Amino acid sequence: MGDKKKVDLTTFKDAVLDKYPKKVGKKRAKAIINNDPDNMPVIQANIRTIPGIITQRGCTYAGCKGVVLGPTRDIVNITHGPIGCGFYSWLTRRNQTKTESDQDANFIPYCFSTDMQDSNIVFGGEEKLKQAIREARELFNPKAIAIFSTCPVGLIGDDVHRVARQMKEEFNNEVNIFGFSCEGYRGVSQSAGHHIANNQLYKNLIGNDDNVTPKSKFRVNLLGEYNIGGDAFEIERIFEKCGVELVSTFSGNSTVSSFEQAHTADLTLVMCHRSINYVAEMLETSFGIPWFKVSFIGAQASAKAMRKVAAYFNDPELTERIEKVIAEELKIVEAARQVALPKTNGKTAMLFVGGSRAHHYQDLFEELGVTTLSAGYEFGHRDDYEGRRVIPTIQIDADSRNIEEITVTKDEARFKERMTPDVLKKMEDALGKDEVEYNDYNGLMAQIGKGALVIDDLSHYEMEKLIELYHPDIFCAGIKEKYAVQKMGIPLKQLHNYDSGGPYAGFQGAMNFYNDIAMMVSTSIFKEIKAPWEREEVVEASYVY
Amino acid sequence: MRKIAIYGKGGIGKSTTTQNTVAGLAELGKNVMVVGCDPKADSTRLLLGGLAQKTVLDTLRDEGEDIDLDDVLKKGFGNTSCVESGGPEPGVGCAGRGIITSINLLEQLGAYDDDKQLDYVFYDVLGDVVCGGFAMPIRDGKAQEVYIVCSGEMMAMYAANNICKSIAKFGKVGDVRLGGLICNSRKVDNEANMIEEFAKQLGTQMIHFVPRDNMVQHAEINRKTVIDHAPAHPQADEYRALAKKINDNTMHVIPNPLSIEKLEKLLIDFGIMN
Repeated sequence: MGDKKKVDLTTFKDAVLDKYPKKVGKKRAKAIINNDPDNMPVIQANIRTIPGIITQRGCTYAGCKGVVLGPTRDIVNITHGPIGCGFYSWLTRRNQTKTESDQDANFIPYCFSTDMQDSNIVFGGEEKLKQAIREARELFNPKAIAIFSTCPVGLIGDDVHRVARQMKEEFNNEVNIFGFSCEGYRGVSQSAGHHIANNQLYKNLIGNDDNVTPKSKFRVNLLGEYNIGGDAFEIERIFEKCGVELVSTFSGNSTVSSFEQAHTADLTLVMCHRSINYVAEMLETSFGIPWFKVSFIGAQASAKAMRKVAAYFNDPELTERIEKVIAEELKIVEAARQVALPKTNGKTAMLFVGGSRAHHYQDLFEELGVTTLSAGYEFGHRDDYEGRRVIPTIQIDADSRNIEEITVTKDEARFKERMTPDVLKKMEDALGKDEVEYNDYNGLMAQIGKGALVIDDLSHYEMEKLIELYHPDIFCAGIKEKYAVQKMGIPLKQLHNYDSGGPYAGFQGAMNFYNDIAMMVSTSIFKEIKAPWEREEVVEASYVY
Repeated sequence: MRKIAIYGKGGIGKSTTTQNTVAGLAELGKNVMVVGCDPKADSTRLLLGGLAQKTVLDTLRDEGEDIDLDDVLKKGFGNTSCVESGGPEPGVGCAGRGIITSINLLEQLGAYDDDKQLDYVFYDVLGDVVCGGFAMPIRDGKAQEVYIVCSGEMMAMYAANNICKSIAKFGKVGDVRLGGLICNSRKVDNEANMIEEFAKQLGTQMIHFVPRDNMVQHAEINRKTVIDHAPAHPQADEYRALAKKINDNTMHVIPNPLSIEKLEKLLIDFGIMN
């Protein structure tokens, strides 16, 4: 490793809080933490952003429609509301999909909205919504239609769930129709939308289809993978190469029928813990499918994830095959890493994105010899930072109560006990006790270094201050931050949509990432940020009358 | 043109009082327009002799944007112009937004233009100021004078006090002012004195005390105002007096709403003590 920059991260908090009004400063102080993995501090997360602060967060509708359900290709997703919400959530996440043949339905390129007008607000929009559903059926004859509520729908009291039931009856139950009360204002961030989406996935899709023909003895679900820039394709490739059947992915490159069969898998792997841990838990409670936290971001992380699969199934043939794939893939990856390493080693990064990505991408950066100075989530909860062990101590506030809590019970007919103390013991022996993460997630703060700055719901002002004080070599966030950061002379990698790059998951993805980051941190273009007339001395003249 | 909004608790008699007062103003030779801002669309029934009116929002829904003023404006008693904003059926949509849409459309159609030579516009607004939409008539200078219909009953005074809160709020940034309280008697003990004191504490006046009389009911059954139905009846003179007082009124204030404690004390002092 090269020379690490020595930076004092402890002064940031005081420097930034100084500028805030007293009350705001008091509140923000709890969300800005210098990490200590050995004696993990408490961080404030998942609480309302202070009005007036420029936040990175999105809305509940975005979390529900855009993130969780958006990547599924054969549901007609109708946005019930004025056209803006539908239009601006149309194809903006770069979640890709690939149909098996050109005969299969793919509605991702379409944007469906009821386009509510003034008179629909005044007289109610339910009739227009019904009409939209009828049109969708006539034109596309989809397996499923989902209705997403935008803010005005909640204000005027349109009942999307009743409309869904009525239309389902009208079509003699031939189309699965369900609604989401995911009005933008329902939660403090998009996180509420994820939860709402999870509930409805469980209530309306999961477990609907028992008729499966297993392709492999080893059948898994992958949760919290959204196929940004083709990530899912690479992960699918790895599974296939290892002879593991991917029953369903929630929801990258997914279909309605894969959701309906998810309950037939024997193992659930959770990538983005924040957005989909609810479904993972429901699958275990109802059907006895255990879940493990994994990450496919980073070559080593991908290898670790596959080893977890091997340890769980505990089948010598599978283990051998997985080890062979890992060895083969890592060899190629290592060569690519060695090319990038001289350009990246010793550099510093900051990651402020998502509810998992700010954690997962630290693995990729570690492989490049890049230190993460500071990281934080937009919409993570305390368990995403400190680990699931803190869940019992998280206070339920009015904002969380706003989200429907559904009761999930054991499905007596289809429940199958898979996880026994014996299985767990063997896994712990094979992988190490802390590495198993069975029904568990250790959180971001267990990984990021001692003293590193962990900041929840980073404000724009804090972002500028971070850059001003610590000059990271690369900043990772989203489109809202991108140009502001670049104007400060720091390259920004979007980790929501990967700019135009990706995939970054799995082994192939890691190589793409090495290459992209090496280019970004070694380019000299950001030295040219100042216009010539800003750099040169200007000869000033004045008129003399 | 004076722009007047009538507010008050639901069922207090806003529409009846408004129409009778408008009839009185019409008798004085004033050119008056009434805009009903209630989804029930019954604010012009007595002036028109029945629910004879297609509402602005229904017309907008049926005809699209291409509407003439004549489609929604009917002439009633004493050549008054009558408009009903209308709205959704109960429990559906957003009536508040409906009022905003409707008033904007009336403005667009030139209902208030100088060539109409209106002396008065009356907005008869549903119930309490429950949300932004129902405050529309007192925002953005749509109405400049507000009269609150109330009685000596506690809930009516409570509602009146709440309406004063929104007038105080909008009055600070706009030109809306409170013209006074109209006491529509419910024959509560000591009613006139109590409302007068209430008005005084709010910083305004009780502009008129309308006694309770069954003739109002008779006229309503006949779909007429009292002035139209029984011009010689003493109750008709009460409305004429109210019309004249409004016509002559120059007391326009930003009210000081009462605290709950003060309001309750008022009720105890006048209601129970006697």
